[in-house]
Amino acid sequence: MTFIAKPKIVHKGLSRNALGLTIRDYEGGMSTLCAGCGHDSVTSAIVQAFFELDIAPHEVAKLSGIGCSSKTPAYFLDASHGFNAVHGRMPSIATGASAANRKLYLIGVSGDGDSLSIGLGQFSHALRRNLDMLYIIENNGVYGLTKGQFSASADVGTKAKKGEVNEQQPIDPVQMAMAQGGTFVARGFSGDKDQLVPLIKAGIKHKGFGLIDVLSPCVTFNDHEDSTKSYAYTRRFFHPAVHADFVPPAEEIKAAYDDGEVMPVEMHDGSKILLRKVSEQYSVHNRGHALDFIRAHHRRGEIITGLLYIDEAEPDMHGISRTPDEPLSQVPFGELCPGSDAMKGLQERFR
Amino acid sequence: MEPTKTEGTEYFHQVVDCQWGCPAHTDVPEYIRLIALGRFGDAYMLNRKSNVFPGILGRVCDRPCEPVCRRGRVEDKPVAICRLKRVAADNRGDITSRLPVAPKQKNGKRIALVGAGCASLTVVNDLMPLGYECVIYEALDKTGGLMRTNIPAFRLPASVLDEEIDYIVDMGADLRLNTPVNSMRELLDEGYDAIFVGSGAPKGKNLNIPGRNDSDRIHVGIQWLESVAFGHIESIGRKVLIIGVGNTAMDCCRTSLRLGADDVKVMARKPRGFFKASDWELEDAEEERVEIVVNHSPREFVLRDGKLVGMNFDLMEYDIDDNGRIVDTRVVGEKFFPCDDVVLAIGQDNAFPWIERDLGMEFDRWEVPVVDPVTFESTLPGVFFGGDAAFGPKNIIWAVEHGHQAAISIDKYCRESPLTERLPRGVNLQSAKMGIHEWSYSNDFDPAARRIMPHVDLKRRFRKLDIEVELGFTAEQVITEVERCLNCDIQTVFTDNLCIECDACIDICPVDCLTIAPNADEDTLKQNLKAPVLEPSQPLFVSGPLKHTARVMVKDENLCVHCGLCAERCPTAAWDMQKSTLDIPYALDEAAEEMARCQRKAG
Repeated sequence: MTFIAKPKIVHKGLSRNALGLTIRDYEGGMSTLCAGCGHDSVTSAIVQAFFELDIAPHEVAKLSGIGCSSKTPAYFLDASHGFNAVHGRMPSIATGASAANRKLYLIGVSGDGDSLSIGLGQFSHALRRNLDMLYIIENNGVYGLTKGQFSASADVGTKAKKGEVNEQQPIDPVQMAMAQGGTFVARGFSGDKDQLVPLIKAGIKHKGFGLIDVLSPCVTFNDHEDSTKSYAYTRRFFHPAVHADFVPPAEEIKAAYDDGEVMPVEMHDGSKILLRKVSEQYSVHNRGHALDFIRAHHRRGEIITGLLYIDEAEPDMHGISRTPDEPLSQVPFGELCPGSDAMKGLQERFR
Repeated sequence: MEPTKTEGTEYFHQVVDCQWGCPAHTDVPEYIRLIALGRFGDAYMLNRKSNVFPGILGRVCDRPCEPVCRRGRVEDKPVAICRLKRVAADNRGDITSRLPVAPKQKNGKRIALVGAGCASLTVVNDLMPLGYECVIYEALDKTGGLMRTNIPAFRLPASVLDEEIDYIVDMGADLRLNTPVNSMRELLDEGYDAIFVGSGAPKGKNLNIPGRNDSDRIHVGIQWLESVAFGHIESIGRKVLIIGVGNTAMDCCRTSLRLGADDVKVMARKPRGFFKASDWELEDAEEERVEIVVNHSPREFVLRDGKLVGMNFDLMEYDIDDNGRIVDTRVVGEKFFPCDDVVLAIGQDNAFPWIERDLGMEFDRWEVPVVDPVTFESTLPGVFFGGDAAFGPKNIIWAVEHGHQAAISIDKYCRESPLTERLPRGVNLQSAKMGIHEWSYSNDFDPAARRIMPHVDLKRRFRKLDIEVELGFTAEQVITEVERCLNCDIQTVFTDNLCIECDACIDICPVDCLTIAPNADEDTLKQNLKAPVLEPSQPLFVSGPLKHTARVMVKDENLCVHCGLCAERCPTAAWDMQKSTLDIPYALDEAAEEMARCQRKAG
């Protein structure tokens, strides 16, 4: 934590995006998290992703629940919309926001406590309705805000800072999302922005529920030697299975890739994700296969990262509900709410 | 790349651009902090230690520190370092009790100094406290050399000069005014233990074109300024042409305006950008409605009935390449400019007609004595040179540094120690961390723009020759200007084996000067930095391999604003802000070392 705000210095090396904004225009307030917290790195990756996607901050709504992770929307995109919901209830608020204005880019930032304990039901249902949002879980395996108790994602055998061992099975949001029919499932690491920033960009552009589980070490309560969520452990057992490069719509694919090695996935707005396999046997479109692969490696203590599963064909919440293309918030009130007479007529039909 | 060596003094000294750029290595950030604390006397004494004449230099220094100031790269304008020095001098209060004193018991060595300018006075300042007897020979009836004769009083009041020169002379130097040295042989015969020549570069360059010798209204700039300074010249014609566009030309044109001229043109042979004058001196002259005419090369003086009526100039055209160099020159026409007087300000030379050539002193092909750039000794043992007399016209701050170095050499010469065995510079690093979120310096970046020096208004300033134009900063301006200093001497010090590569420093750095990247050769590494390299001359810090991934931490020093946020955000204190203090040895330190050496030998 720092008491000195990052000064806004527009130096000569600072580039501008298509909107004429600098990356500094995508920052937020001063972080009050611990110095060295992984969440601050995730914040920085989010800032970079929105800057590079040339998205105007006012086209974004940032949402969160409760926890260290849920504080972070205050630290990016100062000029966007935001809502800090009660513990674990962010998906409901996001559903409402999306229902009202489907044109908004929604980004939810949650933690392992907020999503995998109190909010597990909400999380599952957001997945189920394929809500068009990017959902980031900043996963550190502990409740940092309440002094470092194990969370639901703590691995069996990991030790708390005071020495007690966790014996309960962890909930892995990636495996859960995969099993529940999630359409975009990824895992990243706060300490690897080269991987994380393209994942965030792809997740923002994915039409449907984009889940990124980001391993984001708690520098205060879970960065010791016997922790499986420390910087050192994550770096050691971190295995990218697939590397994703994000290519915006208008841009040609310039980099040289060998055929067969790279698989382009077209997104709804014409942008592409280029998937580069790092592990030979991995298949990003085969749900069962991907799940087996992740499980097998998890048994060996390895953490599989990258864009692990993507399906651009499934309809999102608006597709399922057959709502108009125009955001409901912009539909004239008379049309949106036809009045009590129309209601009566509707009810008559069911008598 | 190999890890950067930060052990010696070089690396951390370079980071403090102003101190690195200053020939005398004045500790700029520290004196600015002292001013911020209202400790003007301390700021003055700190300045005096390295540059001896803070009041004088705070007004007329050539400020090599300012063009290199990091603030000028972060935004447009550097910190007003020079004028803050004046703030320290103007508000210093009584510091006489803190000045060096000469011991009553002399060491029996007598030194002769030729010229009472800044170089000689610095030597006296350094040697008197060691017990030397110093005899200063000055041809004129006043001290100060070019500081008094060539710098007009409206820029540097006589009272400021007198005060700071008296600090030195009053230690008990034997000052002999009106005593020109006409023969080096005679001076050598006087039996001094050492001689220091600080006689400046007193010969103004001439312009040998037709008509030069046919009128007495054509003046050589530095001689003319000297005559004005001593009251021998009190007026000039209404139309004046100044030939040349260096700092002397700026003094000549502004002086002309104060002696009755109302149409002053500075005639430049080349375009803007090739002018020798400092930007701020050009600005000050142009503020006084001096016209600077570019691309005019003098061809001839035009006289009618024996009276100077003007000058003819060749109109020049230049081809300039992408690097800003002139590759071709053409004369494309001719133009006449009427005038009553012409002042030549096209440079100056040192001249030594008084040094006999058969003394065993080697002269180079420009008839200038060969001087060692480290010891300042000529090829005649015991005779030292400094200031403009040593390597041609530079400026006051260089002369002061020459004086410091010559004083060390003279002391060693008199002790019969080898002149080249000099103390190395040292650097001391001390953490600036005072507690949680607390640093021993003002690290919050202040976006304020450079304060503008208030001037006496244009009507009033011409009434008398010696009305000082610059009023000095107001208290409010001082408060703002000191906060513009980036405290570059508070160094970012990195300990690689503590780093856990959490990226916190990289994310928080407001100028993107940090990167963690796989180690590579310099070119590759430079391409992988978070912000592009804008100043290749600025050093790159590369750490040793980091323990988790063997990548390296790279810092581009160019834009670092020393806000300390990297250290503030670092969970493991791998980054720390440490104040670096450069230890520059002076004659006093060398003498103490010599004495310690003698004692060791005796013991």
